[in-house]
Parts: sequence; C-alpha cells; structure tokens
Amino acid sequence: MTVKIFFPTCCSPSENGLLIGRWLEEHRSAVVLAIVHFPFIPGNVKRYLAGLERETGLRLAVLGTWSNIKAQKDEQMESFLGDLKSIFIHRPWLRITREASIIFWDCRIEGVDEEAEEEVVLVYYDQRKVMLSELHDATEHSEIATVFDTVARNRTLFALDRYDEGPIKLTHWQSDGVEASIIVELCKQASVPLCALLSFILSLIFSVTRALGRKPLSFLWNKLSTCEQLGKRLDSLQLICGTKAAKDHTLFMRKASTLVSLLLDVILGIVLMSWLYRGDHIGQLANALMPVADRVAVELQGLLQWLMGAPAGLKMNKALDEVLGRFFMYHIHLWISYIRLMSPFIEVILWYIGLSACLGLSVALSVLSDIIALLTFHIYCFYVYGARLYCLKIHGLASLWRLFRGKKWNVLRQRVDSCSYDLDQLFLGTLLFTILLFLLPTTALYYLVFTLLRLLVVLVQGVIQMTINLLNSLPLYALVLRLCRSYRLAAGVKFRMLQQEHGKCLRLLMQINPLTYGKVLQQYRLPSSNLYPKDSWGALCKKLFIGELIYPWRQERDKQD
Amino acid sequence: MEDRTFSDIEGGKIIVQERLFSKTCKEFNIICPKMSVRSVVTATFTAWVAAYAMYAYTENNMVLSATTVSTIIGLLFYLHFVKIDQESLLLIGSLGIQMTLTYTSGKESTEFIEMHKIKDVVINEAIFMQKAIYYLCILLEDPSEPKRISSIVPLFQSAKPNLNCLVQVYNSCQEILSERKSFNLVD
Repeated sequence: MTVKIFFPTCCSPSENGLLIGRWLEEHRSAVVLAIVHFPFIPGNVKRYLAGLERETGLRLAVLGTWSNIKAQKDEQMESFLGDLKSIFIHRPWLRITREASIIFWDCRIEGVDEEAEEEVVLVYYDQRKVMLSELHDATEHSEIATVFDTVARNRTLFALDRYDEGPIKLTHWQSDGVEASIIVELCKQASVPLCALLSFILSLIFSVTRALGRKPLSFLWNKLSTCEQLGKRLDSLQLICGTKAAKDHTLFMRKASTLVSLLLDVILGIVLMSWLYRGDHIGQLANALMPVADRVAVELQGLLQWLMGAPAGLKMNKALDEVLGRFFMYHIHLWISYIRLMSPFIEVILWYIGLSACLGLSVALSVLSDIIALLTFHIYCFYVYGARLYCLKIHGLASLWRLFRGKKWNVLRQRVDSCSYDLDQLFLGTLLFTILLFLLPTTALYYLVFTLLRLLVVLVQGVIQMTINLLNSLPLYALVLRLCRSYRLAAGVKFRMLQQEHGKCLRLLMQINPLTYGKVLQQYRLPSSNLYPKDSWGALCKKLFIGELIYPWRQERDKQD
Repeated sequence: MEDRTFSDIEGGKIIVQERLFSKTCKEFNIICPKMSVRSVVTATFTAWVAAYAMYAYTENNMVLSATTVSTIIGLLFYLHFVKIDQESLLLIGSLGIQMTLTYTSGKESTEFIEMHKIKDVVINEAIFMQKAIYYLCILLEDPSEPKRISSIVPLFQSAKPNLNCLVQVYNSCQEILSERKSFNLVD
C-alpha cells in the first residue's frame, strides 16, 4: 500500500533532525510541516507540540527523522536517529535520507506490517503558497483540501522566526522580513477608530434618509436612479466601515472588492469632475443642451405634421388623425415653453449637479440617466397616451370579437362562455366593432411611432445602467489578486513528475492551479440589482403588441404596496 | 517509455507515448498532428484575396491594414486558445488522475481529479456528426449518493483517437484503479 509524504521544499536544505507534521490515517499520507534540529530535549518537543495542538485543534506528531548527509555517511548518527523511534512512538515511522551528490532521496517506512510492501510517493509542496491560498469547491473527503487546511491552520508555527530563542529550533517557511510592516501595523491600528467614526456618521445619515424616505417624498425618490445609486453607495460604505474583522474568506473578498471598486469609482468621478470644471466644459455643455432639446421638440413637431398628412402613403381616418395630431402638437408647444423658461437656470443647475461626480462615476452616470429621463419626458407622455388609446381599442375589439361569435368573458369563472345575445345587442356590437376596426390603423400608427421613440430613450438609459452595473459589480480586488498572486485563489492542484529512478520513491511536485478568470468573475461578482424589472424578449413583444406600458416609471414594488 | 503510432477517427496519424514511472503511476501523451503549412497558407491567402477585392472596390487603405492586424490576431488566438498540440493523462494510483492540454503556444491547462471522486473509467459510444465514435471518459461519483454518477469528464477530446488506442489506455487505467479497489475491499 502506498504512503504519501507531503514535504515542504523550503525544508530540503536543512540539517539533520526530526520531522514534525500530521498523519492522515484516512488517506495514509503524512504532511510534514517543520523539522526540529539538534540539540533538543524530547520532553520539550512533546510539550511544544501539545501546546500547538491546543491552539489549532489538529493532532501534530513527530513523524520520523530527517538526515541530510553532507560529506560521508556517519554510522553513529544513523543509529542515533534510528533510536529516536523508541522515544517518539509513531506508526508508521518515516526515515528520509538525503545525500548531497544524489537528487533521489531515500525514504523508508518502519513500524508497519512486514508483509505489506510499502510504496512511497514523495510530494513536494511550496509551504508559503499552500498556506496563503484558498481552495475553491473542495469536497468533504478531499485529501488535497485536508492538506491545505492543515498547513493553513498551523500559521502560528510559521510565525516563529529563525532567530527566535524558542524552546526548540525549527526549520519551516519564514517570511524574509517585511520592511513596511510597521506602517501596515500602524494603518491597521488607525483603521479601527476611523471605521468606528465613519460608521457613526453613516448611522446619522441613515436616520436622516429614513426620515426623508417617508410617504410623500418616497414617491419622488423611487423614480430617480440617482437616489437608488446613493442608497447603494451608503450600503457599501456601511459594509466597508464595519468595525468587526471579516469572518471568512468570502466576506473578506467582498469587503476588499467593494473597497477597491469604490475607490476606482471615486477616482474616475474625480477625473471626470476635473475635466468638467477645467476649461468651462459645464458652460459649453449647458449651451449645447438647450439647442438639442429645442431641436428634438422641433423634429417631433415635424414628425407630427408628417403623421397628420398621409404618412408613407397610408390613408388615415382624417378626423381622428387631426384630433390626435392637434392634441400632441399642443403638448409639444407646452414643452417648448417650459424649456425656454428653464434655459437661463440650466447652467447653474448643471454646475451644482456636476459636483455629484466627486461621489463617483456611477453616481454621475445615474444623474445623467435622470437628466435624460427628465428632458425626454414629453416622449414618455406621448408614449403613454398612445399606448393607453391603443390598449383601449385592442381590448374593445377583443370583447366585441367575442360578441361577434356569440361568446362572452365570464369574470367569475375566468373563462369564455357561450351566450345568446339579443338582435339589437348584436347589431350595436357589430357596428361598434366595425368603427373600432377602421379607426385602429390610425391609433396604431401613432402608437408605433411613439413606442419607437420611447424604445430609443430606454436603450440609451439601459446602456448607462449597464455601465453603472459593471462599475458596481466588477470584483476588481479578486481580479488583481488572480493576476498578481495567482496562487491565492486556487481551483485545485496540479502535479509535475520530477526525474525518477527505478527502485527509489516516486517524486512529484505539487503546484497550485489558479482559478480561471471566468470563475473568478462568477464567484466574486458583487451583488447589484437592476433598476428595471427584467422581461424576456417574448414577454416584451407581447406587452408591446397588446399596448401595455413597458418600463413604466411606476415600479413593480409600488403595485405590491 | 515507448512511442506508438495510432490513427484518430478521421484516419490521421497520432503518436501515443506511454511512460511508466512505477507500478501505480503511468503517463500517456497523445501528440496530435502539427498544424500544416498548407492550411495556414490557404487561410491567409483567402483572407488577402478578399481584402484586395474589398480594396479594389472601396479604394480605402484601412481595409488592408485591418486585414493584416486581424490575421495576426486571429492566428495568435488560434495558437493560444484553439490548437492543441498534446494531450496527456497522468495516472497516479494513490492520488488521482490529471489531464493536461498543451496548446501550440505553450499554454498548459491542467485539471486534477482526486481518486476519491472517481467512480470508474469507461469507454463510451457517441454519435458524432454522421458516425458513431468511441471515447474514453471518467465517471465522477456523486458525493451525496455514492451509487450515482454526478458527471462525466471526456478525455482526449481534441485528438479523438480510435478504439485500438483507447483500449490500451483503458486497460492501464483499469489496472491502476483495480489496485485501489482491492485495497478498499481489504479495509
């Protein structure tokens, strides 16, 4: 039967000593964590291991001996190492011997049944990488996950320095010393009161917003995407400023990703702001905005004139066409006067709104989306009128068509029943059906044109919304971690066969297989809600056909209240 | 280590290398046919003829430069993400099975499946285009229900070796897997 030994590469040049590690009986593998050097007192070693065990909750043991023969074999040393077996009792007892000139080590297993022939697989691993990495999608009985867990939980063992005067002298992975560690420590210390202060301020802001979010005003807030964005910003700030340290890996990654994407957002917003306020771009924008709005109104007027004639050679019902056209014309007239009234103040308004860019690019973008929504309000109104008229006609036609066939809609049973109508009922119904049918093309044309305009606006707003969502949900920290420290996020391991020699143990090198970028995005994407309720394409087309409002300002939530 | 030549399902030549490290550790390398110069020349030639036709029609230099850039990018993409040079299967009796794909550019993508997840290795039959082909696949065990299979991992997807070759690999896999099973029974 095979015995696997997981051996850290950093321990290979060390002096003779004892192997410390954990024996996994289930998988018959030994995870070597460190090497204890001479001189030591066996009692001290045992006590030290018991101390570690209490701290980590894992059973550590002396697994065997390690001898690194530099020049020539020392028989006395060999026999001494062999005798250690009787002091530290462990089955099986490993004896690993390395000779300077030969790359193949000699591994022997003692203390197992004699008849069973033991095959040894030596797996080298990088202790630091395994300790720092986080294994994804590990199953319960996985051997690799157990090895990773064992190494990660013995962090306290690796914190011991080479120059520390501990009870025993160990070799394992050690950091090469971090120069900036004092600064990092100071930052960590300073962050706690800072976070407490920030979360206090945030709680104040929250109470203010709660007061503002009461009934009459909440009607307004729900309509504006800026308010939603600001609310989300407050939530993420609250997540970051939580004074408690992150409990587990996912929470930590979420915190870090939120922080990084917030920082990036704010930096981009400040860049945008500096561009806006340097060289009077605001004034240019304001000067450009008014003619554009005017132009849109004029174009709409032209479109209505065209619809009132014979659009695309279609012959419409003249009277209804005139009525509808005049109605919309009057609306545009109102709109133009409203814009003329606004135009002197627009630059000042823009100047103050531009300041919101310092809160982040996503806030600035949602402000832009709101401005577009407000400036195209007349298009929305036209769409609603057109849709309502069209919807009325379609419903009327549907019920009259049922009458035409001698059927009716039973409201109580929610189904179509047959029904016998009187002659005059049938006559009136047929007459109304004919009138509605012949008036339908005119209404449908107006509906079609305004729906297309509305869809254009929705498309622009949707693109802006998607950009905001991308900014908010991109897990930048995880992506950068994957790019620069790919071993931190491990999807699994991979093995490389090292040079083999017949009769010696099998040598493998265990490397960390990093998570793919797609998986990183999938796993660590920050939650972001879509502003609009999502319809499938089919549902959208159906809604368009029967004249229901698509993407109305009134949200689904309101209906539930 | 020995090299043997087999053919894939379309009759092309593939080389199978078998390396025996120990009794329970084996590696199979299947080397796919190299990218032929003829296909590269044909593809580039077609692209350039189309580009020159467009150029003659529009008289715009941008067409030619765009074709150059897109041809180079397309070739790099093909070498880095599509064309597979070598597929290898490393069987380690006590640890698991590792599959490695080596692309022409040298990129390697590796997947390691631990032994406790593996239920069996079988040869499966499938309908591909208009014919029935055989492929080797690993059956993964459902962790919640040991009797059931949670998913199937097909092997040698790009080389598509024929049945003769698959049987050889299958026999070695079964040899290694059976030792694991016998050990489990003893327990």
